[in-house]
Amino acid sequence: MSYRLSGALLLALALLVPISLLAGRVWIDPFDPQTRNAAVILFELRLPRAALALCVGAGLGAAGAAMQGYLRNPLADPGLFGIAPGAALGAVLSFWTGYAASAWLLPIFALVGAAGAMALLAVIAGRDGGIALFTLVGLMIASLAGALMSLAISLSPTPFAMSEIVIWLMGALSDRSWREVTIAAPLTLAGIALLIAAGRSLDALTLGEQAARSLGVEPRRLQILLIAGVGLTVGAGVAVAGIIGFVGLIVPHLVRPLTDRRPSSLILPSALAGALLLLVADCLCRVLPLAGGELRLGIALSLIGAPFFLHLLLKMRRGLA
Amino acid sequence: MSGGELSCESLGVEGRLRDVSLTLESGSVTAICGPNGAGKSTLLGCLAGLVSPDAGMVRVGGQRLDEVPLSRRARRIGYLPQSPEIAWDVAVEVLVSLGRIPWKGAPRGDDLQAIEQAISEMDLERLRHRRVLQLSGGERARALMARVLATRPNWLLADEPLANLDLAHAAALAARLRAQAARGRGVVLVLHDLATAMNHADRVIVLDRGALAADGPARTALSEDTIWKVWGVECRWLGEPGRRALSLE
Repeated sequence: MSYRLSGALLLALALLVPISLLAGRVWIDPFDPQTRNAAVILFELRLPRAALALCVGAGLGAAGAAMQGYLRNPLADPGLFGIAPGAALGAVLSFWTGYAASAWLLPIFALVGAAGAMALLAVIAGRDGGIALFTLVGLMIASLAGALMSLAISLSPTPFAMSEIVIWLMGALSDRSWREVTIAAPLTLAGIALLIAAGRSLDALTLGEQAARSLGVEPRRLQILLIAGVGLTVGAGVAVAGIIGFVGLIVPHLVRPLTDRRPSSLILPSALAGALLLLVADCLCRVLPLAGGELRLGIALSLIGAPFFLHLLLKMRRGLA
Repeated sequence: MSGGELSCESLGVEGRLRDVSLTLESGSVTAICGPNGAGKSTLLGCLAGLVSPDAGMVRVGGQRLDEVPLSRRARRIGYLPQSPEIAWDVAVEVLVSLGRIPWKGAPRGDDLQAIEQAISEMDLERLRHRRVLQLSGGERARALMARVLATRPNWLLADEPLANLDLAHAAALAARLRAQAARGRGVVLVLHDLATAMNHADRVIVLDRGALAADGPARTALSEDTIWKVWGVECRWLGEPGRRALSLE
Protein backbone atom coordinates (compact mmCIF):
# COMPACT_ATOMS: atom_id res chain seq x y z
CA MET A 1 0.00 0.00 0.00
CA SER A 2 2.88 2.26 0.90
CA TYR A 3 4.58 1.55 -2.44
CA ARG A 4 1.48 2.50 -4.40
CA LEU A 5 1.13 5.72 -2.40
CA SER A 6 4.79 6.60 -2.94
CA GLY A 7 4.37 5.87 -6.65
CA ALA A 8 1.36 8.18 -6.87
CA LEU A 9 3.22 10.94 -5.03
CA LEU A 10 6.23 10.54 -7.32
CA LEU A 11 3.95 10.81 -10.34
CA ALA A 12 2.38 13.97 -8.93
CA LEU A 13 5.86 15.41 -8.38
CA ALA A 14 6.88 14.50 -11.93
CA LEU A 15 3.88 16.41 -13.23
CA LEU A 16 4.10 19.40 -10.93
CA VAL A 17 7.82 20.14 -11.06
CA PRO A 18 7.75 21.17 -14.76
CA ILE A 19 4.57 23.19 -14.24
CA SER A 20 6.09 24.98 -11.22
CA LEU A 21 9.11 25.93 -13.34
CA LEU A 22 6.88 27.82 -15.74
CA ALA A 23 4.98 29.76 -13.07
CA GLY A 24 6.12 33.02 -11.52
CA ARG A 25 6.24 36.77 -12.08
CA VAL A 26 7.29 35.96 -15.61
CA TRP A 27 5.22 33.13 -17.02
CA ILE A 28 7.16 31.04 -19.43
CA ASP A 29 5.21 29.64 -22.33
CA PRO A 30 6.86 26.38 -23.35
CA PHE A 31 5.41 26.71 -26.85
CA ASP A 32 6.74 30.20 -27.37
CA PRO A 33 10.52 30.25 -27.16
CA GLN A 34 10.56 34.04 -27.48
CA THR A 35 10.32 34.80 -23.71
CA ARG A 36 13.27 36.98 -22.78
CA ASN A 37 15.93 35.39 -20.57
CA ALA A 38 13.85 32.22 -20.36
CA ALA A 39 16.93 30.00 -20.02
CA VAL A 40 18.41 32.11 -17.22
CA ILE A 41 15.10 32.28 -15.35
CA LEU A 42 14.63 28.53 -15.67
CA PHE A 43 18.08 27.23 -14.87
CA GLU A 44 19.45 29.86 -12.52
CA LEU A 45 16.34 30.90 -10.63
CA ARG A 46 13.47 28.46 -10.79
CA LEU A 47 15.19 25.11 -11.06
CA PRO A 48 17.36 25.59 -7.96
CA ARG A 49 14.36 27.02 -6.15
CA ALA A 50 12.22 24.01 -7.05
CA ALA A 51 15.04 21.65 -6.09
CA LEU A 52 15.34 23.43 -2.76
CA ALA A 53 11.58 23.23 -2.15
CA LEU A 54 11.73 19.49 -2.79
CA CYS A 55 14.71 19.04 -0.46
CA VAL A 56 13.42 21.12 2.43
CA GLY A 57 9.87 19.75 2.13
CA ALA A 58 11.06 16.15 1.95
CA GLY A 59 13.30 16.64 4.97
CA LEU A 60 10.59 18.25 7.07
CA GLY A 61 7.98 15.65 6.05
CA ALA A 62 10.24 12.71 6.88
CA ALA A 63 11.44 14.28 10.14
CA GLY A 64 7.84 14.97 11.21
CA ALA A 65 6.78 11.39 10.49
CA ALA A 66 9.74 9.99 12.41
CA MET A 67 9.21 12.35 15.36
CA GLN A 68 5.53 11.47 15.64
CA GLY A 69 6.46 7.79 15.56
CA TYR A 70 9.17 8.24 18.17
CA LEU A 71 7.08 10.28 20.59
CA ARG A 72 3.98 8.20 19.76
CA ASN A 73 2.12 11.45 19.46
CA PRO A 74 0.41 12.81 16.37
CA LEU A 75 1.02 16.37 17.59
CA ALA A 76 4.82 16.09 17.59
CA ASP A 77 6.72 18.43 15.30
CA PRO A 78 10.39 18.44 14.26
CA GLY A 79 10.80 21.80 16.04
CA LEU A 80 10.26 20.05 19.38
CA PHE A 81 13.77 18.62 19.65
CA GLY A 82 15.37 22.05 19.67
CA ILE A 83 17.29 21.33 16.47
CA ALA A 84 15.45 23.87 14.31
CA PRO A 85 15.80 26.62 16.95
CA GLY A 86 19.47 25.66 17.32
CA ALA A 87 20.02 26.06 13.59
CA ALA A 88 18.11 29.33 13.58
CA LEU A 89 20.26 30.60 16.43
CA GLY A 90 23.38 29.79 14.40
CA ALA A 91 22.00 31.71 11.44
CA VAL A 92 21.04 34.67 13.61
CA LEU A 93 24.58 34.79 14.99
CA SER A 94 25.93 34.93 11.44
CA PHE A 95 23.81 38.03 10.81
CA TRP A 96 24.80 39.46 14.15
CA THR A 97 28.49 39.06 13.48
CA GLY A 98 28.18 40.18 9.89
CA TYR A 99 29.40 36.88 8.45
CA ALA A 100 26.03 36.39 6.75
CA ALA A 101 27.34 38.68 4.04
CA SER A 102 29.29 35.70 2.76
CA ALA A 103 26.76 33.41 1.13
CA TRP A 104 28.44 30.19 2.29
CA LEU A 105 28.83 31.21 5.91
CA LEU A 106 25.14 31.74 6.76
CA PRO A 107 24.15 28.10 6.13
CA ILE A 108 27.36 26.88 7.73
CA PHE A 109 26.63 28.87 10.90
CA ALA A 110 23.13 27.38 10.90
CA LEU A 111 24.48 23.86 10.48
CA VAL A 112 26.89 24.40 13.34
CA GLY A 113 23.93 25.60 15.45
CA ALA A 114 21.97 22.46 14.53
CA ALA A 115 24.98 20.27 15.32
CA GLY A 116 25.36 21.99 18.70
CA ALA A 117 21.73 21.30 19.55
CA MET A 118 22.12 17.67 18.42
CA ALA A 119 25.23 17.19 20.54
CA LEU A 120 23.58 18.73 23.61
CA LEU A 121 20.56 16.48 23.14
CA ALA A 122 22.71 13.39 22.76
CA VAL A 123 24.84 14.17 25.80
CA ILE A 124 22.20 15.35 28.26
CA ALA A 125 19.47 12.89 27.33
CA GLY A 126 21.68 10.21 28.82
CA ARG A 127 22.49 6.59 28.26
CA ASP A 128 19.24 4.82 28.97
CA GLY A 129 17.48 6.31 25.97
CA GLY A 130 14.28 7.22 27.85
CA ILE A 131 11.84 9.25 25.77
CA ALA A 132 10.38 11.52 28.47
CA LEU A 133 13.76 12.94 29.52
CA PHE A 134 14.73 13.29 25.87
CA THR A 135 11.62 15.34 25.08
CA LEU A 136 12.19 17.61 28.07
CA VAL A 137 15.82 18.18 27.11
CA GLY A 138 14.69 19.01 23.56
CA LEU A 139 12.12 21.49 24.84
CA MET A 140 14.70 23.17 27.07
CA ILE A 141 17.20 23.45 24.21
CA ALA A 142 14.45 24.94 22.05
CA SER A 143 13.51 27.55 24.63
CA LEU A 144 17.15 28.35 25.39
CA ALA A 145 17.91 28.83 21.69
CA GLY A 146 14.75 30.94 21.40
CA ALA A 147 15.81 33.15 24.29
CA LEU A 148 19.33 33.58 22.89
CA MET A 149 17.85 34.46 19.50
CA SER A 150 15.64 37.12 21.07
CA LEU A 151 18.67 38.43 22.94
CA ALA A 152 20.67 38.62 19.73
CA ILE A 153 17.83 40.43 17.98
CA SER A 154 17.34 42.92 20.83
CA LEU A 155 21.07 43.64 20.95
CA SER A 156 21.58 43.64 17.20
CA PRO A 157 24.36 46.01 16.15
CA THR A 158 22.34 47.86 13.51
CA PRO A 159 18.61 48.20 12.72
CA PHE A 160 19.48 46.79 9.33
CA ALA A 161 20.84 43.60 10.87
CA MET A 162 17.73 43.35 13.01
CA SER A 163 15.37 43.56 10.06
CA GLU A 164 17.56 41.10 8.13
CA ILE A 165 17.32 38.61 10.99
CA VAL A 166 13.59 38.99 11.43
CA ILE A 167 12.89 38.62 7.72
CA TRP A 168 15.24 35.64 7.39
CA LEU A 169 13.56 33.87 10.31
CA MET A 170 10.24 33.99 8.45
CA GLY A 171 11.58 31.39 6.04
CA ALA A 172 11.62 31.62 2.26
CA LEU A 173 13.09 30.08 -0.86
CA SER A 174 13.44 33.28 -2.86
CA ASP A 175 16.82 34.42 -4.14
CA ARG A 176 18.41 31.03 -3.56
CA SER A 177 20.89 29.46 -5.94
CA TRP A 178 22.48 26.09 -6.72
CA ARG A 179 24.86 26.74 -3.84
CA GLU A 180 22.09 26.19 -1.30
CA VAL A 181 21.00 23.08 -3.19
CA THR A 182 24.48 21.59 -2.99
CA ILE A 183 24.46 22.20 0.78
CA ALA A 184 20.95 20.95 1.51
CA ALA A 185 20.49 18.03 -0.88
CA PRO A 186 23.20 15.63 0.36
CA LEU A 187 22.49 16.36 4.03
CA THR A 188 18.75 15.92 3.59
CA LEU A 189 19.16 12.67 1.66
CA ALA A 190 21.51 11.30 4.31
CA GLY A 191 19.07 12.34 7.04
CA ILE A 192 16.10 10.70 5.33
CA ALA A 193 18.15 7.51 4.88
CA LEU A 194 18.88 7.46 8.63
CA LEU A 195 15.22 8.00 9.48
CA ILE A 196 14.18 5.19 7.14
CA ALA A 197 16.77 2.97 8.85
CA ALA A 198 15.08 3.76 12.18
CA GLY A 199 11.68 2.66 10.80
CA ARG A 200 11.61 -0.86 12.20
CA SER A 201 12.49 0.34 15.70
CA LEU A 202 9.84 3.06 15.47
CA ASP A 203 7.30 0.37 14.54
CA ALA A 204 8.24 -1.55 17.67
CA LEU A 205 7.68 1.60 19.75
CA THR A 206 4.02 1.46 18.71
CA LEU A 207 3.70 -1.09 21.54
CA GLY A 208 5.37 1.13 24.15
CA GLU A 209 8.96 1.45 25.33
CA GLN A 210 9.09 -1.77 27.32
CA ALA A 211 7.58 -3.95 24.62
CA ALA A 212 9.89 -2.32 22.06
CA ARG A 213 12.90 -3.27 24.17
CA SER A 214 11.60 -6.81 24.45
CA LEU A 215 11.47 -6.86 20.63
CA GLY A 216 15.19 -6.14 20.53
CA VAL A 217 15.13 -2.35 20.07
CA GLU A 218 18.16 -0.62 21.56
CA PRO A 219 16.77 2.66 22.89
CA ARG A 220 20.08 4.50 22.74
CA ARG A 221 20.82 3.45 19.16
CA LEU A 222 17.35 4.54 18.08
CA GLN A 223 17.80 7.87 19.83
CA ILE A 224 21.11 8.54 18.10
CA LEU A 225 19.66 7.56 14.70
CA LEU A 226 16.80 9.94 15.30
CA ILE A 227 18.93 12.84 16.52
CA ALA A 228 21.18 12.46 13.48
CA GLY A 229 18.30 11.97 11.03
CA VAL A 230 16.16 14.84 12.30
CA GLY A 231 19.27 16.99 12.80
CA LEU A 232 20.47 16.55 9.23
CA THR A 233 17.09 17.05 7.56
CA VAL A 234 15.82 19.90 9.74
CA GLY A 235 19.23 21.51 10.20
CA ALA A 236 19.83 21.55 6.44
CA GLY A 237 16.32 22.88 5.86
CA VAL A 238 16.67 25.76 8.31
CA ALA A 239 20.17 26.52 7.03
CA VAL A 240 18.97 27.18 3.50
CA ALA A 241 15.40 28.33 3.99
CA GLY A 242 14.91 29.66 7.53
CA ILE A 243 12.12 28.48 9.80
CA ILE A 244 9.30 26.80 7.91
CA GLY A 245 6.71 25.42 10.29
CA PHE A 246 3.70 23.14 10.01
CA VAL A 247 5.03 20.93 7.20
CA GLY A 248 6.41 18.38 9.64
CA LEU A 249 3.21 18.45 11.65
CA ILE A 250 0.60 18.38 8.90
CA VAL A 251 2.11 16.15 6.25
CA PRO A 252 2.31 12.95 8.34
CA HIS A 253 -1.31 13.58 9.40
CA LEU A 254 -2.46 13.76 5.81
CA VAL A 255 -0.46 10.73 4.77
CA ARG A 256 -1.17 8.44 7.75
CA PRO A 257 -4.74 7.41 6.80
CA LEU A 258 -3.45 6.39 3.36
CA THR A 259 -0.93 3.93 4.87
CA ASP A 260 -1.19 0.98 7.26
CA ARG A 261 -0.33 3.53 10.01
CA ARG A 262 2.97 1.95 10.98
CA PRO A 263 5.59 4.68 11.46
CA SER A 264 7.94 2.94 9.02
CA SER A 265 5.42 3.00 6.19
CA LEU A 266 4.87 6.72 6.79
CA ILE A 267 8.41 8.09 6.44
CA LEU A 268 9.00 7.86 2.68
CA PRO A 269 5.47 8.95 1.64
CA SER A 270 5.71 11.85 4.12
CA ALA A 271 8.99 12.92 2.53
CA LEU A 272 7.40 12.88 -0.92
CA ALA A 273 4.23 14.63 0.26
CA GLY A 274 6.30 17.25 2.11
CA ALA A 275 8.25 17.92 -1.08
CA LEU A 276 4.99 18.24 -2.99
CA LEU A 277 3.45 20.59 -0.42
CA LEU A 278 6.44 22.89 -0.33
CA LEU A 279 6.76 22.94 -4.12
CA VAL A 280 3.12 23.95 -4.53
CA ALA A 281 3.18 26.44 -1.66
CA ASP A 282 6.34 28.11 -2.92
CA CYS A 283 4.87 28.29 -6.42
CA LEU A 284 1.74 29.97 -5.07
CA CYS A 285 3.87 32.43 -3.07
CA ARG A 286 5.64 33.34 -6.31
CA VAL A 287 2.46 33.80 -8.29
CA LEU A 288 0.31 35.64 -5.73
CA PRO A 289 0.41 39.37 -6.41
CA LEU A 290 1.43 41.13 -3.20
CA ALA A 291 2.39 44.75 -2.84
CA GLY A 292 5.99 45.15 -1.77
CA GLY A 293 7.29 41.76 -2.90
CA GLU A 294 6.27 38.16 -2.52
CA LEU A 295 4.62 36.35 0.33
CA ARG A 296 7.20 34.64 2.59
CA LEU A 297 6.88 30.87 2.38
CA GLY A 298 7.11 30.40 6.16
CA ILE A 299 4.24 32.85 6.72
CA ALA A 300 2.16 31.34 3.93
CA LEU A 301 2.47 27.84 5.37
CA SER A 302 1.51 29.01 8.84
CA LEU A 303 -1.45 30.91 7.36
CA ILE A 304 -2.64 27.78 5.56
CA GLY A 305 -1.40 25.32 8.15
CA ALA A 306 -2.93 26.67 11.33
CA PRO A 307 -6.56 26.87 10.12
CA PHE A 308 -6.15 23.55 8.37
CA PHE A 309 -4.93 21.97 11.56
CA LEU A 310 -7.80 23.48 13.52
CA HIS A 311 -10.19 22.00 10.98
CA LEU A 312 -8.49 18.63 11.45
CA LEU A 313 -8.80 18.90 15.21
CA LEU A 314 -12.48 19.81 14.94
CA LYS A 315 -13.01 16.73 12.78
CA MET A 316 -11.09 14.56 15.21
CA ARG A 317 -12.70 16.09 18.28
CA ARG A 318 -15.10 13.24 18.85
CA GLY A 319 -12.32 10.72 18.59
CA LEU A 320 -10.09 12.69 20.97
CA ALA A 321 -12.70 13.46 23.61
CA MET B 1 10.06 -26.60 20.12
CA SER B 2 11.99 -26.53 23.36
CA GLY B 3 13.40 -23.47 25.01
CA GLY B 4 15.61 -25.39 27.40
CA GLU B 5 15.71 -23.77 30.81
CA LEU B 6 15.15 -20.24 31.99
CA SER B 7 16.73 -19.80 35.38
CA CYS B 8 17.90 -17.21 37.84
CA GLU B 9 20.43 -17.44 40.64
CA SER B 10 20.33 -15.31 43.80
CA LEU B 11 18.57 -12.56 41.90
CA GLY B 12 18.37 -9.23 43.71
CA VAL B 13 16.93 -5.85 42.73
CA GLU B 14 17.31 -3.16 45.35
CA GLY B 15 14.13 -2.67 47.32
CA ARG B 16 12.16 -5.07 45.15
CA LEU B 17 13.68 -8.59 44.98
CA ARG B 18 15.84 -10.54 47.43
CA ASP B 19 17.86 -13.64 46.67
CA VAL B 20 15.45 -15.35 44.27
CA SER B 21 16.72 -18.55 42.67
CA LEU B 22 14.61 -20.77 40.44
CA THR B 23 14.75 -22.86 37.30
CA LEU B 24 11.83 -22.89 34.88
CA GLU B 25 11.25 -25.74 32.43
CA SER B 26 9.69 -25.17 29.06
CA GLY B 27 6.51 -27.01 28.15
CA SER B 28 4.60 -25.91 31.22
CA VAL B 29 2.65 -22.95 32.58
CA THR B 30 4.25 -21.21 35.55
CA ALA B 31 2.33 -18.56 37.48
CA ILE B 32 4.02 -15.90 39.60
CA CYS B 33 1.69 -14.83 42.41
CA GLY B 34 1.96 -12.57 45.43
CA PRO B 35 0.37 -9.56 47.07
CA ASN B 36 0.78 -6.06 45.62
CA GLY B 37 4.38 -4.89 45.74
CA ALA B 38 5.76 -8.42 46.18
CA GLY B 39 8.06 -8.03 43.17
CA LYS B 40 6.13 -10.15 40.63
CA SER B 41 6.53 -7.75 37.70
CA THR B 42 10.16 -7.08 38.64
CA LEU B 43 10.92 -10.81 38.56
CA LEU B 44 9.21 -11.18 35.19
CA GLY B 45 11.09 -8.12 33.90
CA CYS B 46 14.40 -9.68 35.02
CA LEU B 47 13.52 -12.97 33.32
CA ALA B 48 12.69 -11.04 30.13
CA GLY B 49 15.97 -9.14 30.33
CA LEU B 50 14.22 -5.77 30.70
CA VAL B 51 15.24 -5.12 34.31
CA SER B 52 18.95 -5.40 35.12
CA PRO B 53 19.37 -7.10 38.48
CA ASP B 54 21.69 -5.57 41.08
CA ALA B 55 22.74 -9.04 42.19
CA GLY B 56 22.68 -12.52 40.66
CA MET B 57 21.99 -13.37 37.07
CA VAL B 58 19.46 -14.84 34.67
CA ARG B 59 20.37 -17.65 32.29
CA VAL B 60 18.52 -18.87 29.24
CA GLY B 61 19.50 -22.26 27.81
CA GLY B 62 22.57 -22.15 30.06
CA GLN B 63 23.81 -18.82 28.67
CA ARG B 64 23.89 -15.59 30.66
CA LEU B 65 20.93 -13.51 29.48
CA ASP B 66 22.88 -10.24 29.51
CA GLU B 67 25.40 -11.78 27.12
CA VAL B 68 22.80 -12.90 24.58
CA PRO B 69 22.59 -10.36 21.72
CA LEU B 70 19.39 -8.31 21.87
CA SER B 71 17.87 -9.59 18.66
CA ARG B 72 18.51 -13.23 19.61
CA ARG B 73 17.07 -12.66 23.04
CA ALA B 74 14.00 -11.06 21.45
CA ARG B 75 13.52 -14.14 19.25
CA ARG B 76 13.67 -16.50 22.21
CA ILE B 77 11.73 -14.58 24.84
CA GLY B 78 8.40 -12.98 24.01
CA TYR B 79 7.13 -10.47 26.54
CA LEU B 80 3.72 -8.91 27.01
CA PRO B 81 3.77 -5.95 29.44
CA GLN B 82 1.07 -5.14 31.94
CA SER B 83 -1.49 -2.72 30.44
CA PRO B 84 0.10 -2.84 26.99
CA GLU B 85 -0.30 0.22 24.83
CA ILE B 86 -0.93 0.55 21.12
CA ALA B 87 0.05 4.02 19.92
CA TRP B 88 -1.39 3.89 16.41
CA ASP B 89 -4.74 2.57 15.32
CA VAL B 90 -3.32 -0.17 13.09
CA ALA B 91 -5.23 -3.18 11.76
CA VAL B 92 -5.04 -6.42 13.77
CA GLU B 93 -2.95 -8.04 11.05
CA VAL B 94 -0.42 -5.19 11.18
CA LEU B 95 -0.29 -5.35 14.99
CA VAL B 96 0.47 -9.08 14.84
CA SER B 97 3.16 -8.49 12.21
CA LEU B 98 5.06 -6.31 14.71
CA GLY B 99 5.98 -9.57 16.43
CA ARG B 100 8.27 -10.32 13.47
CA ILE B 101 10.49 -7.30 14.17
CA PRO B 102 13.25 -9.37 15.84
CA TRP B 103 13.43 -11.56 12.72
CA LYS B 104 14.91 -8.90 10.48
CA GLY B 105 16.24 -10.54 7.36
CA ALA B 106 14.13 -13.70 7.70
CA PRO B 107 12.51 -14.96 4.49
CA ARG B 108 9.20 -13.23 3.80
CA GLY B 109 7.49 -16.62 3.64
CA ASP B 110 8.48 -17.41 7.24
CA ASP B 111 7.12 -14.05 8.40
CA LEU B 112 3.78 -14.59 6.67
CA GLN B 113 3.49 -18.15 7.96
CA ALA B 114 4.22 -17.10 11.56
CA ILE B 115 1.71 -14.24 11.35
CA GLU B 116 -0.97 -16.55 9.90
CA GLN B 117 -0.36 -19.15 12.58
CA ALA B 118 -0.52 -16.59 15.38
CA ILE B 119 -3.74 -15.15 13.95
CA SER B 120 -5.33 -18.57 13.73
CA GLU B 121 -4.12 -19.70 17.16
CA MET B 122 -5.74 -16.67 18.76
CA ASP B 123 -8.83 -17.08 16.59
CA LEU B 124 -8.52 -13.66 14.95
CA GLU B 125 -9.23 -14.56 11.31
CA ARG B 126 -12.52 -12.69 11.29
CA LEU B 127 -10.94 -9.61 12.86
CA ARG B 128 -7.72 -9.42 10.89
CA HIS B 129 -8.64 -6.23 9.01
CA ARG B 130 -10.35 -4.57 11.99
CA ARG B 131 -8.58 -1.59 13.60
CA VAL B 132 -7.30 -2.29 17.10
CA LEU B 133 -9.15 0.61 18.72
CA GLN B 134 -12.43 -0.86 17.49
CA LEU B 135 -11.82 -4.15 19.27
CA SER B 136 -13.38 -5.15 22.56
CA GLY B 137 -11.10 -5.71 25.56
CA GLY B 138 -11.10 -9.49 25.07
CA GLU B 139 -10.38 -9.23 21.35
CA ARG B 140 -7.56 -6.77 21.96
CA ALA B 141 -5.97 -9.06 24.57
CA ARG B 142 -6.02 -11.88 21.98
CA ALA B 143 -4.54 -9.62 19.31
CA LEU B 144 -1.72 -8.55 21.65
CA MET B 145 -1.02 -12.16 22.56
CA ALA B 146 -0.94 -13.05 18.85
CA ARG B 147 1.68 -10.32 18.41
CA VAL B 148 3.89 -12.11 20.96
CA LEU B 149 3.22 -15.51 19.37
CA ALA B 150 4.15 -14.22 15.90
CA THR B 151 7.73 -13.97 17.14
CA ARG B 152 7.58 -17.75 17.78
CA PRO B 153 9.46 -17.38 21.03
CA ASN B 154 10.58 -20.35 23.13
CA TRP B 155 9.42 -18.47 26.20
CA LEU B 156 6.22 -16.50 26.55
CA LEU B 157 6.27 -14.09 29.48
CA ALA B 158 3.13 -12.10 30.21
CA ASP B 159 2.36 -9.65 33.00
CA GLU B 160 -1.28 -9.97 34.08
CA PRO B 161 -2.53 -11.03 30.63
CA LEU B 162 -5.96 -11.88 32.03
CA ALA B 163 -6.56 -8.67 33.96
CA ASN B 164 -9.54 -6.64 32.69
CA LEU B 165 -11.00 -9.67 30.93
CA ASP B 166 -14.42 -11.00 31.83
CA LEU B 167 -14.83 -14.56 33.07
CA ALA B 168 -15.41 -16.23 29.71
CA HIS B 169 -12.62 -14.38 27.89
CA ALA B 170 -10.16 -14.97 30.70
CA ALA B 171 -10.90 -18.70 30.72
CA ALA B 172 -10.60 -18.90 26.93
CA LEU B 173 -7.26 -17.06 26.87
CA ALA B 174 -5.94 -19.19 29.75
CA ALA B 175 -6.85 -22.33 27.80
CA ARG B 176 -5.02 -20.97 24.75
CA LEU B 177 -1.94 -20.28 26.85
CA ARG B 178 -2.05 -23.84 28.17
CA ALA B 179 -2.19 -25.06 24.58
CA GLN B 180 0.98 -23.04 23.89
CA ALA B 181 2.74 -24.77 26.78
CA ALA B 182 1.56 -28.15 25.49
CA ARG B 183 3.43 -27.37 22.27
CA GLY B 184 6.66 -27.04 24.18
CA ARG B 185 6.76 -23.30 24.92
CA GLY B 186 7.61 -22.13 28.38
CA VAL B 187 4.73 -19.95 29.57
CA VAL B 188 5.31 -17.68 32.57
CA LEU B 189 2.45 -15.50 33.77
CA VAL B 190 2.11 -12.95 36.52
CA LEU B 191 -1.36 -13.58 37.92
CA HIS B 192 -3.13 -11.80 40.74
CA ASP B 193 -6.12 -14.10 40.61
CA LEU B 194 -5.21 -17.13 42.72
CA ALA B 195 -8.05 -19.29 41.40
CA THR B 196 -6.79 -18.81 37.83
CA ALA B 197 -3.29 -19.75 38.96
CA MET B 198 -4.63 -22.79 40.82
CA ASN B 199 -6.68 -24.04 37.86
CA HIS B 200 -4.37 -23.29 34.96
CA ALA B 201 -0.77 -23.28 36.17
CA ASP B 202 1.40 -26.38 36.44
CA ARG B 203 3.65 -24.61 38.87
CA VAL B 204 3.17 -21.58 41.08
CA ILE B 205 5.84 -19.29 42.47
CA VAL B 206 4.70 -17.18 45.40
CA LEU B 207 6.62 -14.02 46.20
CA ASP B 208 6.31 -12.11 49.44
CA ARG B 209 8.05 -8.76 49.90
CA GLY B 210 10.63 -9.58 47.25
CA ALA B 211 11.52 -13.07 48.48
CA LEU B 212 10.44 -16.54 47.45
CA ALA B 213 7.65 -17.69 49.82
CA ALA B 214 6.55 -20.87 48.05
CA ASP B 215 7.39 -22.71 44.84
CA GLY B 216 5.87 -25.91 43.54
CA PRO B 217 2.77 -27.49 42.04
CA ALA B 218 -0.23 -25.16 42.34
CA ARG B 219 -1.90 -27.42 44.94
CA THR B 220 0.98 -27.13 47.41
CA ALA B 221 2.31 -23.64 46.61
CA LEU B 222 -1.13 -22.11 46.98
CA SER B 223 -2.15 -24.04 50.07
CA GLU B 224 -4.57 -22.41 52.45
CA ASP B 225 -1.70 -22.16 54.88
CA THR B 226 0.56 -20.24 52.44
CA ILE B 227 -2.27 -17.88 51.52
CA TRP B 228 -2.77 -17.13 55.20
CA LYS B 229 0.96 -16.51 55.71
CA VAL B 230 1.52 -14.37 52.61
CA TRP B 231 -1.78 -12.59 52.02
CA GLY B 232 -2.97 -12.63 55.60
CA VAL B 233 -6.35 -13.96 54.53
CA GLU B 234 -8.11 -17.01 55.90
CA CYS B 235 -9.69 -18.95 53.07
CA ARG B 236 -10.70 -22.34 51.80
CA TRP B 237 -10.44 -23.96 48.37
CA LEU B 238 -13.74 -25.31 47.08
CA GLY B 239 -14.61 -27.54 44.12
CA GLU B 240 -12.84 -30.14 42.03
CA PRO B 241 -9.22 -29.92 40.88
CA GLY B 242 -9.12 -27.79 37.74
CA ARG B 243 -12.30 -25.93 38.75
CA ARG B 244 -11.29 -24.62 42.12
CA ALA B 245 -12.70 -21.48 43.66
CA LEU B 246 -11.49 -19.59 46.66
CA SER B 247 -13.86 -18.93 49.51
CA LEU B 248 -12.85 -16.32 52.05
CA GLU B 249 -13.58 -17.19 55.64
